[in-house]
Amino acid sequence: MELDPLILSRIQFAFVVSFHAIFPVFTIGLASYIAVLEGLCFKTGNPAWTKLSGFWTKVFAVVFGMGVVSGIVMSFQFGTNWSNFAQASANFLGPMLSYEVITAFFLEAAFLGVLLFGRNKVPAGVHLFAAIMVATGTFISSFWILSANSWMQTPAGVELREGVFYVTSWTEAIFNPSFPYRFMHMVLASFLTGGFVVAGVSAWYLLRGREVEANRKALSMCLWLLLIIAPTQAVVGDFHGLSTLEHQPTKVAAMEGNWETSRNVPLLLFAIPDQENQTNHFEIGIPSLASLILTHDWDGEVPGLNEVAVEEQPPVAVVFWSFRIMVGLGVLMILFAITGLLLRPGGRLYEARWYLQGLRFMSITPFIAVLTGWFVTEVGRAPWLVYGMMTHAESVTPSLTGGMALFTLIGYVVVYSLVFSAGVYYLMRVLYVGLEDKDHQENASDRPARPLSAAHVPFEMEPLKSAPAQPANKGGL
Amino acid sequence: MVLFDIAFIWACIIGFGIIMYVLMDGFDLGVGILFPFARSETDRDTMMNSVAPVWDGNETWLVLGGAGLLAAFPMVYSIFLPALYIGVFLLLAGLIFRGVAFEFRFKARTSRYLWNWSFAGGSTIAAFAQGAVVGAYIQGFETANGVYVGGALDWFTPFTVLTGLGMLAGYALLGSTWLIMKTEGALQQWAYRITQPLLLAVLVVFGIISVWTPFVDDMVRERWFTNLSVIWVLPALTLLCAFQIWRSVRNRFEGMPFVATMGLFITTYLGLIASKWPYVVPPNYTLWEAASAYDSQLFLLLGLLFVIPIVLVYTAWTYWVFRGKVRAGEGYH
Ligand code: HDD
Ligand code: HEM
Ligand code: HEM
Repeated sequence: MELDPLILSRIQFAFVVSFHAIFPVFTIGLASYIAVLEGLCFKTGNPAWTKLSGFWTKVFAVVFGMGVVSGIVMSFQFGTNWSNFAQASANFLGPMLSYEVITAFFLEAAFLGVLLFGRNKVPAGVHLFAAIMVATGTFISSFWILSANSWMQTPAGVELREGVFYVTSWTEAIFNPSFPYRFMHMVLASFLTGGFVVAGVSAWYLLRGREVEANRKALSMCLWLLLIIAPTQAVVGDFHGLSTLEHQPTKVAAMEGNWETSRNVPLLLFAIPDQENQTNHFEIGIPSLASLILTHDWDGEVPGLNEVAVEEQPPVAVVFWSFRIMVGLGVLMILFAITGLLLRPGGRLYEARWYLQGLRFMSITPFIAVLTGWFVTEVGRAPWLVYGMMTHAESVTPSLTGGMALFTLIGYVVVYSLVFSAGVYYLMRVLYVGLEDKDHQENASDRPARPLSAAHVPFEMEPLKSAPAQPANKGGL
Repeated sequence: MVLFDIAFIWACIIGFGIIMYVLMDGFDLGVGILFPFARSETDRDTMMNSVAPVWDGNETWLVLGGAGLLAAFPMVYSIFLPALYIGVFLLLAGLIFRGVAFEFRFKARTSRYLWNWSFAGGSTIAAFAQGAVVGAYIQGFETANGVYVGGALDWFTPFTVLTGLGMLAGYALLGSTWLIMKTEGALQQWAYRITQPLLLAVLVVFGIISVWTPFVDDMVRERWFTNLSVIWVLPALTLLCAFQIWRSVRNRFEGMPFVATMGLFITTYLGLIASKWPYVVPPNYTLWEAASAYDSQLFLLLGLLFVIPIVLVYTAWTYWVFRGKVRAGEGYH
């Protein structure tokens, strides 16, 4: 069998960028959370905040490290595997990525050093400032990279001459039509990720009766945040979809599994798209609802996949199902946030075991939603790389052979598997050691602090401790 | 409507970015290369702590190099990376392993030795790959119509293996002189002891490379021996720096060995530029042919001139925050 460098490069790019993406979404949210915690420590001096901040900074350091190393791989992928694309789009993408480096990456890197290692070297105010700068850097980074990506989805402000894009308007190119929605959607996704992970971890500590005061504070704070942003995300997502309908109708047709342009299109809850026969099997849907959502009219016309030639259709099943997973998880997140509100009276929030258990499992859902969301976006624009202007096949590196691409694909899979498993292992370990660890390490004479802090556990928590607090450093982890 | 030679300005900026990267990531990769030879685990902790707060910022200069090339000289970006495809993978894999080692090593107990190897091996591979890139640049690339048309392993020759080893020795020297500056006691004494042999190794490899280069590249031969004999000032300065390293180590100066090593790198680098100028993709393309659109270069230049000074200021500030000697047992972990 002939090895196809194009397919292998696509698999490789999808693999490395998906791997990269799971770290930024977490660090963007977490960086802001840490900045807020640092601000609270600074203002109130309450040790609970200091503990939380110290603990999450440790988690942050591990995740950020993995984000950085996988990001460096990304910035070279365009050249190694997509050199024709790099050559053609450099006039726009080059400045975008360079601005990202000089305005965001340097900022993050420099102040990260101070955030992690400088607590005793700089005044508290400067430490807080460093935390704010790191958080700011993550937003600036998202701004540029999402502008670059959005431009590939909805190119604007450029003209194509002899196979090279020339920028005619920087504002139009940077603030291209899909950018505002994508930026909002991604920032909210990052906050949802940070929020659900912190909530899940706090819930888990509460289940085990550890550091109850700090974790109650953390959980309550997160749930207020989630209550606002989970529904907002659905609204922004709806606007995002409307913009996609305008600029990339084929993608929307794939998301809806709609093969023929028609009116009164149902919202499909379940279907098995069959690309070969250009139809769906086992459809279950709500009549006319897709028309209503997309056109705000019960019998509005929804574009179908038949508008374009069969070769120009994206892989429908992937887009269709990814979209359903993302939206389904989004709805689940809203439900969890609202349930949290309902459980607040009488502090049941901190005691309802089923809810805390549920939150634990919710902490992985944002990652799944983010990846499936990107699958919708990226797979849905196939076969175009720059929508309507440049295809995947035109973009791939001409000198690349199937063997070379296979070699590096296997290489990245092996390297990332090792790094990822180690990363997860050490994160688990940080979680097991928990917030209490600071008292242990920094100050051995502080040992009595532990029983003392356990004494802070309010009386009504007692039943919860049926699973007694695990000693830190348990089980060789 | 070209008012001034913006491509030239960009060549200077990229040149500046590259040497910043080489000097700054050079010493922390160097510390990694020396890692296996350290005499105790406590020394290793101190070595790692001496670079932990700054390595990420140092590596960012590499990212700037990549993105800057894409922005200003897309032809370089889209010829070098395909031509060095396998080498780039090794470089990135090396950087991944040494990068994660910073976080994982301090959290590990029984598996710590694995992260020692990850840090040392990653640094060594990355340094070697970078040296090989320099060698491949001297050798030149097989191109047609602005596209790379050579094979997957054209970059891997005896000459590039030698430049790889040269870079390895050079970074190790930067690492050892950095340790002289940043540590004290037994670790510093050890760094003093290994610096002179490392310097010798660097001089030998650089010497062989210099003798070999004119045979690899006709243009260089012509320049060195006929057209541009002022070029010999640079190797003379390099030797002066080498002498300075030797002397300052003997006199047990603390800062000078590192400064002189940086001088050694800078003069060698200038020598390389003077030999190849203005070819950025030898032997066929000059920097003007490889440049991106005037508008794009200008758009980025305006921002860059404004932002880079700020970057330099806060980078200098972080070095200042972490100034002074690193002692055993410091660090946040
Ligand atoms: C600046 C550009 C950019 C950005 C920010 C992203 N992508 Fe992308 N993506 C591309 C630029 C790109 C591309 C260069 O256009 C690719 C490469 C090869 C390809 O097929 O399209 C692509 C393909 C691609 C594919 C394969 C699609 C296919 O081959 O049909 C997937 C699954 C993703 N991406 C996923 C992601 C994820 C999870 C991202 C989250 C960070 C992401 N992309 C951000
Ligand atoms: C495919 C396109 C992408 C490329 C080329 C890319 C490139 C990079 C690079 C080179 C780094 C390391 C910078 C350093 O040294 O500190 C990085 C990290 C980062 N990237 Fe990406 N990236 C991409 C996609 C994204 C997306 C979609 C986002 C989020 C919206 C994002 C957000 C970040 C953030 C916040 C960091 C900081 C480090 C971290 O926590 O991971 N990147 N990226
Ligand atoms: C609940 C209702 C939601 C709706 C209606 C919605 C809608 C959309 C749409 C239409 C797109 C594709 C846009 C395009 O490619 O042009 C998209 C992409 C995406 N979604 Fe969602 N979404 C929802 C929830 C979520 C949640 C909860 C997350 C993550 C926590 C998420 C993360 C993403 C990401 C990362 C992308 C890809 C980047 C982008 O194009 O913005 N979405 N979403």
